[in-house]
Amino acid sequence: MIEFRSVTKQFPDGTVAVEDFSLVLPSHRTTVFVGSSGCGKTTLLRMVNRMVEPTSGDVEIDGESVLDKDPVELRRGIGYVMQNSGLMPHFTVVHNIATVLRLIGRSKREAHERARSLLEVVGLEPDLADRYPSQLSGGQQQRVGVARGLAADPNILLMDEPFGAVDPIVRSELQQELIRLQTELDKTVVFVTHDIDEAFLLGDQVVILDKAARIVQVGSPSEIIENPADDFVAAFIGVDRGRRALRIKETARGRVLVDSEGRTQGSLVEDGV
Amino acid sequence: MTWVLDNLGLILELAGVHLRQSVIAIVLGAVLSLPLGWVAWRYRLVRGPVILLTGLLYTIPSLALLVLMPAVLGYSAISETNLVVALTIYAVAILVRSVADGLDSVDPAVRQSATAMGYGGTRRFWTVDLPLAGPVILAGLRVAAVSTISLATVGILIGVANLGYLFENGLQRRIVAEVLAGVLAVVIIALLVDLLLMLLGRALMPWIRAGAATTSRRARLQIRAAA
Repeated sequence: MIEFRSVTKQFPDGTVAVEDFSLVLPSHRTTVFVGSSGCGKTTLLRMVNRMVEPTSGDVEIDGESVLDKDPVELRRGIGYVMQNSGLMPHFTVVHNIATVLRLIGRSKREAHERARSLLEVVGLEPDLADRYPSQLSGGQQQRVGVARGLAADPNILLMDEPFGAVDPIVRSELQQELIRLQTELDKTVVFVTHDIDEAFLLGDQVVILDKAARIVQVGSPSEIIENPADDFVAAFIGVDRGRRALRIKETARGRVLVDSEGRTQGSLVEDGV
Repeated sequence: MTWVLDNLGLILELAGVHLRQSVIAIVLGAVLSLPLGWVAWRYRLVRGPVILLTGLLYTIPSLALLVLMPAVLGYSAISETNLVVALTIYAVAILVRSVADGLDSVDPAVRQSATAMGYGGTRRFWTVDLPLAGPVILAGLRVAAVSTISLATVGILIGVANLGYLFENGLQRRIVAEVLAGVLAVVIIALLVDLLLMLLGRALMPWIRAGAATTSRRARLQIRAAA
């Protein structure tokens, strides 16, 4: 469990990125911070592994304050996946994945063996192991990034817009892959995105944020769609337009659901029939 | 040509001395530039002054430096030490900037990612920052190496023999072949050292060529697609 306790972050230039933020992130669940750029969602994420230090307040993992831990040790125990993969351009794929294992003192042989087995876990061919990141596609690099985050089998995985820079088809593949991985691995995932569809797809708990990380609404995707807190949320998630504004249409074969552009999205299945 | 053949032993001996003096100065210059360049990169406020001062070193005429340094540091003006110290100073003048620029060229996202993985400061410098700054530092090192090897010939002005001896001796005795042999030998040594550094770079930084090969393959595909 990760708990933010009245966390505030003011940067030296005076910008308040996060103001008095409190929230509990349950273990073995995916919590998604979603909001437009500059809302402080990445700052929140980085306070979990002390990449950013709070100005006041505290972040606790399983009841222990991260501020009491050595930042370098802390980071080695938390997986981190970032946009554009953040892979070391001068390390081969297998060397990249093995990074954290080597840092925590595993032997090179053991670390590389584990790294190779992780290639398969994230759906990559074993012959990519000795390539450099520049020789991979964007989607492949992102998969390596996920494998690197998982290598030391951390309980917590922080993901900072990990699929933001890949094309929509690859993004959709990676999202499905993450859902599959999460059902197998059961990590506590903190995921940052500005894409509300991604948030609803991946999140068990979705946190919609406004400026200075003000919480506009917290809840499961269903709770938010069924009962948006205010007009801001309704507009942000688009309940009244596009694919989410569905109405029933009678056809010869039964009732179907049609979106606001008139495209049929699915059929209406009656309960208890 | 006959002169060269008759004096091959002398030329080779002087070339060996020349190479030794230059290599010591280049290595010392690199070792000194690393911390200086790091300081210039790390502390924004001192960056300007450090780059400016080391840059200014290069503008001091070599003869003046050869006369001044012994007076300051107290060693003999006609010693090999004097020459090596002067050459080291010129190498530092070039390399400090390369080191600072090289560290600047490292993608901040990669640096952040390394921190997020759990690299401590020192370890990150040696395994991430420095290797990634490598290409820029190597470019500076190649310039410094060639310039040091050519500059080392001034040693003869303070009585320190190396290939510069052939210039002076050739001039005095009016043996054109001797002067030309000296020039040629300096050029050959400079080219060889440059080549060696380039090969060393390739061996130590294999990811550069791997990346370049992919890029050019992509570029070729794009050209084909456009055609």
